[in-house]
Amino acid sequence: MSFQEVAAILIVLSPGLAAAVAALGQRVLGDKGAMTITTGIVVSAAALAAYQFFNHAFGAASEPTTLILSRWFNVDTFIADWAIRIDALSITMMFVVTSVSALVHIYSIGYMAEDPHRARFFAYLSLFTFAMLMLVTADNFIQLFFGWEGVGLASYLLIGFWYKKPSANDAAIKAFVVNRVGDFGFALGIMALVFMIQPAAGVNYGQFGITEFSSIKFDTVFAIIANNAPVQVIGQAAATPIQEVTFDFLGVHVWGLEMAGILLFIGAMGKSAQFFLHTWLPDAMEGPTPVSALIHAATMVTAGVFLVCRASPLYAVTEVASNVVTVVGAVTCLFAATVGLAQNDIKRVVAYSTCSQLGYMFFAAGLGAYGAAMFHLFTHAFFKALLFLGAGSVIHGMHHEQDMRYMGGVRQPMTLTWAMMLIGTLALIGFGIPGTEIGFAGFFSKDAVIESAFASDSAFGPFAFWCGIAAALLTSFYSWRLMFMTFEGKYRPNPHAHHDDHGHADDHAHAAPKDGRAPAHESPWVMLAPLVLLATGAVFAGVLFKPQFLTSNADNFWQGAIVRDADPLYGPHGVHAYGVASETHAPAAEAHAEPADAHAEPAAAGEHAGEHHELPAWVVWAPFTVTLTGFLGAVIFYLLAPGVPRRMAANGGPMHAFLSHKWYFDEIYRFVFVKGAAALGDLFWKVGDKKIIDGLGPDGVTSTAKAGASGLSKLHTGYIFHYALVILVSAVIFVAFVLAGQGR
Amino acid sequence: MTGPLILTLTTFVPLAGGLLILALRIVGGSAVAGSASKGIALLTSLATLVVSLMALSQFDPSKAGYQLIDQAPWFGGSSYKMGVDGLAIALVVLTTALTPLCILQSMKSIEERLAEYMIAFLVLESLMIGVFCAMDLILFYVFFEGGLIPMFLIIGVWGGKNRLYAAFKFFLYTLLGSLLLLIALIYMASVAGTTDVPTLQEGLHPVTGAVLFPPEVQTWLWLAFFASFAVKLPMFPVHTWLPDAHVEAPTAGSVVLAAVLLKMGGYGFLRFSLPMFPEASMLFQPLMFGLSVIAIVYASLVAFRQTDIKKLVAYSSVAHMGFVTLGIFSFNEAGIQGAIFQMISHGVISGALFFCVGVIYDRMHTREIAFYGGLVHRMPVYAALFMLFSMANVGLPGTSGFVGEILTMVGGFQASTWAAAGAALGVIFSAVYMLTLYRRVVFGEMTNPKLMDIKDVTPLEFFILGLLAISALIFGVFPGLVFDLTQGSTTEVLRMIGQVGQ
Repeated sequence: MSFQEVAAILIVLSPGLAAAVAALGQRVLGDKGAMTITTGIVVSAAALAAYQFFNHAFGAASEPTTLILSRWFNVDTFIADWAIRIDALSITMMFVVTSVSALVHIYSIGYMAEDPHRARFFAYLSLFTFAMLMLVTADNFIQLFFGWEGVGLASYLLIGFWYKKPSANDAAIKAFVVNRVGDFGFALGIMALVFMIQPAAGVNYGQFGITEFSSIKFDTVFAIIANNAPVQVIGQAAATPIQEVTFDFLGVHVWGLEMAGILLFIGAMGKSAQFFLHTWLPDAMEGPTPVSALIHAATMVTAGVFLVCRASPLYAVTEVASNVVTVVGAVTCLFAATVGLAQNDIKRVVAYSTCSQLGYMFFAAGLGAYGAAMFHLFTHAFFKALLFLGAGSVIHGMHHEQDMRYMGGVRQPMTLTWAMMLIGTLALIGFGIPGTEIGFAGFFSKDAVIESAFASDSAFGPFAFWCGIAAALLTSFYSWRLMFMTFEGKYRPNPHAHHDDHGHADDHAHAAPKDGRAPAHESPWVMLAPLVLLATGAVFAGVLFKPQFLTSNADNFWQGAIVRDADPLYGPHGVHAYGVASETHAPAAEAHAEPADAHAEPAAAGEHAGEHHELPAWVVWAPFTVTLTGFLGAVIFYLLAPGVPRRMAANGGPMHAFLSHKWYFDEIYRFVFVKGAAALGDLFWKVGDKKIIDGLGPDGVTSTAKAGASGLSKLHTGYIFHYALVILVSAVIFVAFVLAGQGR
Repeated sequence: MTGPLILTLTTFVPLAGGLLILALRIVGGSAVAGSASKGIALLTSLATLVVSLMALSQFDPSKAGYQLIDQAPWFGGSSYKMGVDGLAIALVVLTTALTPLCILQSMKSIEERLAEYMIAFLVLESLMIGVFCAMDLILFYVFFEGGLIPMFLIIGVWGGKNRLYAAFKFFLYTLLGSLLLLIALIYMASVAGTTDVPTLQEGLHPVTGAVLFPPEVQTWLWLAFFASFAVKLPMFPVHTWLPDAHVEAPTAGSVVLAAVLLKMGGYGFLRFSLPMFPEASMLFQPLMFGLSVIAIVYASLVAFRQTDIKKLVAYSSVAHMGFVTLGIFSFNEAGIQGAIFQMISHGVISGALFFCVGVIYDRMHTREIAFYGGLVHRMPVYAALFMLFSMANVGLPGTSGFVGEILTMVGGFQASTWAAAGAALGVIFSAVYMLTLYRRVVFGEMTNPKLMDIKDVTPLEFFILGLLAISALIFGVFPGLVFDLTQGSTTEVLRMIGQVGQ
């Protein structure tokens, strides 16, 4: 076993072990022990993952391999292992997950210092890390689903961590249930794949590199799709090439792969809080802030994007499903940004911003720019974790005040936090100088996403492009609004000062503001150090890794882990072509009609091709321009004339109400689904079971029979007697019949 | 009698223990028998477990057909014939493994007429094992119906306030089912001249070789069997006896009822309905799918609105049994393997959930959800275990609950996308009712002053729940332990129904 494989096993499994030890041994270990063990192990895992990632990116990029740990399912073609797949996608995700998780573990030592249940908290954090790693290293859809639900469980436990709070409990259940709605789609997607991907008689699947035919293993599924190999759909007369499979789904005749793609994407919508299934994410902010940073910003919510990228061989051939991904992503990115404008809770602003950024990733993936989607996922993990942890630092310093209306003047007491938040904001809005390689991390990834949308020849490319541009304007505006409301101006004390339940025994909490400074204190170093490290990532992750994810080194980096052929910007046929068009996976791919196109000569890494469709300058400059506009708007409304927005909010107006109520999604869902389910449940129970079934059945019979049975003093003995009698009589009848039958 | 006798031994060891207690009761009076019955019952059930494990070790999963056959002539065309395949031995071991836990629990929580209770329980165990081992229809019927009597007593004598109503309901439904089953048996015996199960499964007359039951006859026979098994399982709309029976039954009674007795319905479909009446089974597939999906959706929504913890878990059982029928009637490997797995898994999980309810019921003597709240503050270990079982019940991957659900849905999808989509709705609803229950009982502030002194699980309770927790996880991570055992049974059922090769 190579070093890389041992390292991968340690990275994935050790957080699980840490969680188990911390959970089971918390009485022996105590809070300190549990914290030390979990943090130590996750930090070590992060060190290994970082080594692996940098080695892959800058050293010797390794061929994809899969480690099989044990067999899980072995029923017909439903075959899956517990496995660790090591390729560029999982190496990247392992690095992101463990590094952010390690920093969040460290940060939590400070943030949760006064919580009586720290051992439990750290056990949950490690459990989450383990589940997320199982998700990203899966080599089949079922293990991916295991991780998928595992992170859902951890998220549920952590959102509801403060289980005394009714709002936290509600939010936890909401998160789990809305995710389950997505899982409904995910599970059906898996079923659809199994339904379609069945071996056809007489086809040698070995020629596609398939050693063991499994309907749910990535290797089998993606090789069959890439080669358009024939499969025997259950119940259909003849074998069909996979890309031409159709079947009836809920009475509708559908293209098989398109349907599977859409169903799987419904799962991704739940996990990644996309439009219609986004409502749980803002409520999830009930959890402790480090949780929001780790789970609801950097890692778990990006699992949907990861899924689409992991399944890029599928989505690369499904036009309709990809269009759905694009439209939902684009709508979400704009929608969430509009709601972000009117939120006053500092964490909710960041939460909607996360939702919006996930929309960017999705529409990039939907348009075939999987590299750009992953790149934005990568950079976003750092700057969004930074923003959340920064917000947490502010909340911590402000004695658990989260409402930005009651902040202001925080910059001076918390200078370092302010500086880090500033870096995070600059990275989020994608600040950089167009046409150069100077900028924060978000500049590289977000501009790649937006430009990909412009370059795409998909019918929905322009829609996504304009949504992206508009969202960039709003992002800039609400980000600066957050910065200004929180840090600038004069401190605005909360008129209904609430007393938090964390026993922050400090006397200056609500002291009168002196010269407009907020009565805040800077956070301890154990919290600030992770901010500094994340800020480093927020500055350099873009410029450092663009060649790996997108440009000159991309082919070598990805090694086929994502499909790059269709990438509209950086693919081999893209505007800035990089890399070689990949052959189909199998050496003998007779099923795949090789397009004999003019671009067949391998595009050399570096500058090549297509001056004739270079991006226009206005496209390159558009994000910069709108970002600047957003900044100026925020300066006007929140620095120069801060009374205006307050009056606007106070005077109400339908637009403000619409936005601050988050487009009334919660209200509508509560009415339709929550009340609807309760009403149906009551109807079934009280009318269906009690009135109809019992009323016509046993109770009706009872009331008739009671008169007759009343002579018996003890009912139950009476019934047993009856019962025994019935059995006896029936046995006699039976024997008589059998004997009679024999006699004939 | 011929045969290795291991199954006969497994079946009748509990009965012997029960008779021993009975003898003590008659000779020594209730005080002596009461205290002695604890030890005797526990030892008996452990001995049974050991014998059943020996049977398991002698069983060769790689061979098709029935094994470890004991046979002795009886009367007419019937014989005393015991034998098992993978499906049966798995259910036998489930029974023998759960019974000692039930007896341990009952020793603490049953206060009156302990000796009689233990007798009833051991007799019940014998009859349950017999049901899964019987290779003769008459023998099966004797065990199948006989098992109701001790269960009936356990509910009716040791049950809660409303036990008479529950016992009556239980009686009425089962009576309906078993009478129809009996009529069908009589007809079958008279046509075939034998009640040997393997012979009837092949469907050909043992002497003439003629087809025993043409399709139109199958239809009627299938319906008669269906009446009995549907009640047992229970399926919509004959499920309403179950919540009442569970609510009134003592904890161990509920555990056995949910974990083992319900499985007799699923077992019956797999052992009799599918192999003996393949055409009729095909014919009724839409009906079974419809009822399965209704059971899942309907019972889940009703569970959501319950105010009694046990009723909620009982309705959840109805929903989970819907997956079993969905899987069985999808007539493919994934569906049937999934259904068998779901039966085993539900045995562990629902058993554990009823034990969990028992823990707090023993302390507070109420099952009202509204009475509780905030238990986590006083009972952290209990809260953790209950969380694990709730998640298993919700079907979280990594627990055994997931394996059965996903496979039955995968199997169902291949037969009907509607059925699979309907069942998948259950995935959402189960989370709704289970998490709501957990939140109302365990989370939140502890407001009820009566709860202030509630104690966390005792070592015994921890032992019972811990074992079940480990089982739920091990089967969830290594389901192959069950699949390998039941593969042969599934292949046989598919062969008999003529689906092999399609």
